[in-house]
Amino acid sequence: MADPIISIDGLTVVYGGRRVLDGVSLDIQPGEVVALLGGSGSGKTTMLRHIIGLERPYSGTIKIRGVDINRCSKQEQKAVRRAMGVAFQECALFNSMSIEENVALPLHELTDLSDPVIEIMTYMKLAAVGLGEARKQTPTELSGGMKKRAAVARATALDPEILVFDEPSAGLDPIVAAGLDELILLLKRAFHMTVLVVTHELASAFRVADRLAMLYQGKLIAAESKEAFRASSHPRIRQFLDRVPDPMAQSDAVQNRFRELAGMAEERQ
Amino acid sequence: MNVLEAIGGGVERGLAYIGGLTIQFWAGLRASSCVLPFIGKRGRWRAALRQMEVVGVDALPMVAIMSICTGFILAMQAGAELRRFGALQYVMDTVAIGFTRELGPMLTAFIVSGRSGSAFSAEIGTMVVTSEIDALRTMALDPTEFVLAPRYVAAMIVIPCLSVMSNVFGILAGWLFMRMETSLRLSMYLHYVADSIYLRDVLTGVLKSAVFAAIIVNVGCREGFRVRGGPDAVGRSATSAVVWSTFFVIVADVFFTAIFYLLHTE
Repeated sequence: MADPIISIDGLTVVYGGRRVLDGVSLDIQPGEVVALLGGSGSGKTTMLRHIIGLERPYSGTIKIRGVDINRCSKQEQKAVRRAMGVAFQECALFNSMSIEENVALPLHELTDLSDPVIEIMTYMKLAAVGLGEARKQTPTELSGGMKKRAAVARATALDPEILVFDEPSAGLDPIVAAGLDELILLLKRAFHMTVLVVTHELASAFRVADRLAMLYQGKLIAAESKEAFRASSHPRIRQFLDRVPDPMAQSDAVQNRFRELAGMAEERQ
Repeated sequence: MNVLEAIGGGVERGLAYIGGLTIQFWAGLRASSCVLPFIGKRGRWRAALRQMEVVGVDALPMVAIMSICTGFILAMQAGAELRRFGALQYVMDTVAIGFTRELGPMLTAFIVSGRSGSAFSAEIGTMVVTSEIDALRTMALDPTEFVLAPRYVAAMIVIPCLSVMSNVFGILAGWLFMRMETSLRLSMYLHYVADSIYLRDVLTGVLKSAVFAAIIVNVGCREGFRVRGGPDAVGRSATSAVVWSTFFVIVADVFFTAIFYLLHTE
């Protein structure tokens, strides 16, 4: 097996005395699509923020292309960041610029290409996500799905080896979300990108991913192929797959309280 | 024990704030070179020019009106007292020296901190909330260089210019008063004003206003970068940007005026 392009080892994150991530280890091979699953508050966004180098871990190492991103020179860090495109959940497009300028920004800032070349590349990137016609519009004029597409276009502007995608389908209708899944698969096939998708949408994860990883209470409880994941007997994964709610809503105290409220309502009538 | 804890906590937060401000000040100063035309990166100078327009040109009407009003108030108040001693001509000295040394830079600082200090923090705070700052960092672009530096350079150039304009309008308001009282001609008035102020008065005022500019930009941007949470935090940051930049402007003003006073009397 080739060297992993992303290698996370013993990643531990502590916020205010609470272990948000606890010794997470995960290797991602080049060209692989990995979906990072987990419920709300499971630490998946925290893990993503550490992988893209926005925060420093309490302990553990994150290596990208063999470079430890928390113990490297500014130059190496810059090279790692250029090799990685990030599409944020909120899209994070610059609202003061048109989407064309948004996509052109990393090209203007980080390359020596001339303006006409940048213009052509920008058009190609936007056309690849189906936004060639809308390139002069500002982010506020776009729908949610178009914004996500524009964010992908910007993330891929520098032809990164790794694409990180935070909650691609959050807040989108199923048809648009399915379109984004297809876009991820297209990028993988066409550019051999390594893709890390953070999501809580099972259908989307099974559609795009080669491997599924799942976080629960700060620990990685699975990192397996689709088939193995689906057949898993881990209670939390089963609960996630079968959409079973946590027992909180069924506890006696809550049930009694509901009964009480219902009883009071009856009395009033 | 609780009192000690509260005092200690307050001091620690205060020191951390000042420390953060100082670090940002130097980072901003270092990053400023990339904004300058010809030697800087392409696009940055244009961003700085846009900021100059917003911070400076757009503020000019307000600076002009407020300076004329303040100049006229100062002249009336001074005139009412000085008239009793038959020394009405000293109104011109009062207005000219008052504006060049003190009121011009100070009025400008207050106007700009209210208009632009709050805007800096709100803009940057919104960028933090919508992950735009994170996006810049993941694109290997330094937010200090990209967001802070153009505003920094713009304010350092434009605010001293605005304060000179404030001097001009304040002094003209002094003439309006003298014209009504004694039908003094403008040329005579300007002649008298030129005699009463030294170049040093103007330069210390301009120097002070450059310091105020640095304070307003740094406090405004610092409050913006500190935003955590949602849109309500952006609103709070805009408020504290105005409050703290006004506070620091006054403290710096006392400090610098004291230095100039000591230099002058020796």
